[in-house]
Amino acid sequence: MSRLWKEFSKGLWKDLPPFKLVLGLCPVLAVTSTAENGFGMGMAVIFVLTLSNLLVSLVRKIIPAKVRIACFIVIAASLVVAVELLMQAYAFPLYQQLGIFVPLIVVNCIILGRAEAFASKNPPLLAIADGLGMGMGFTMSLTFLGGLREVLGHGQLFGHTVVWDGFEPLSFMAAAPGAFVTLGILLALMNFFTNLQRKRKGLAPVDGPTHDCGSCGVCGGR
Amino acid sequence: MQEYFLLFIAAIFVNNIVLAQYLGNCPFIGTSKETSVALGMGGAVVFVAVMATAITWLVQEYLLSPLGLDFLQTLAFILVIASLVQFVEMFLKKMVPPLYKSLGIFLPLITTNCAVMGIALICQRKEFPLLKSVAFAAASGIGFMIALVVLAGIRERLEIRRVPRAMRGTPVGLVMAGLMSLAFFAFKGMI
Repeated sequence: MSRLWKEFSKGLWKDLPPFKLVLGLCPVLAVTSTAENGFGMGMAVIFVLTLSNLLVSLVRKIIPAKVRIACFIVIAASLVVAVELLMQAYAFPLYQQLGIFVPLIVVNCIILGRAEAFASKNPPLLAIADGLGMGMGFTMSLTFLGGLREVLGHGQLFGHTVVWDGFEPLSFMAAAPGAFVTLGILLALMNFFTNLQRKRKGLAPVDGPTHDCGSCGVCGGR
Repeated sequence: MQEYFLLFIAAIFVNNIVLAQYLGNCPFIGTSKETSVALGMGGAVVFVAVMATAITWLVQEYLLSPLGLDFLQTLAFILVIASLVQFVEMFLKKMVPPLYKSLGIFLPLITTNCAVMGIALICQRKEFPLLKSVAFAAASGIGFMIALVVLAGIRERLEIRRVPRAMRGTPVGLVMAGLMSLAFFAFKGMI
């Protein structure tokens, strides 16, 4: 039980994607112009990630090591097709808002990264916990980033005006440059607080996590 | 002729695939530490994007649409791209070893590069004809390459500067990308 909780909770803070586990940046930047879009994207990722982790974990002993990446891609792609159809049926406005980033969930490194690094080595229950935790962490981050950009860029949060009269929205924040800069500064703040914590414990400061293609494993670690 | 010229300018500068459309950010941040590496990655992306767009266009036109299998687009495209990358890798290894040496290590990374699949999907959503799709793919690939090489140049210079510890590596790379994106914003009103 404690193991299950450990795998679930690590996605919420210790390995929080995309801040601690710098993976899958495209949707992070692209769909976070508003909190609602960030949340919707996060939900789609939770669905795909949890189920793909479960399926990968179930077939982990059957598939030969050489073709495992291809199998992971097929599993992820089938789930993404399911998400697309579900969103077209029940959340069409959101589907249109997210545009090509819904089909692009299939090439999000987080899905393949977790399949390769975790689900292919662990039993189904742990894999589900890992997928749910990582997915929820991802959703939290995206909603937070989206909320920040929506407040600064439009003066709204989830579509409701939250700022005082006379507030001049920074249109820069809602556009592409704002996405890059906000994510960069948030990452830096995260590193800063990590080092502050380490200092209090008397440990030497460390550099922040680098953008880590390695844990994705699609390239076979090259 | 003029149409294609405008398409090139628009895809490279105005709607730059990384800086304005947020596609292909993982390799953009991940492989922009050295200019030579950035050039290799950029070249590989141009090459694969053009081939992938042409093949996915044909698959959509002659396989998926006639059979009414449009909803399998995502699955079909990623399979085409993944097998294409494998194929290109084997072909280059056998036939053009020098090119394989410079591009080889980047090819596997391209399967999960959302720029490649993104370009193919944009062409489908905008319903471009085949030739225009290929031109768009080439232009977008070149736009990616330019952005990547410029960012690599900036980050090479940052290596020898004293950046605050918390900003080192990815954060400062992202802020620099933001500033580049702001610079590219100036092209917005052009076309």
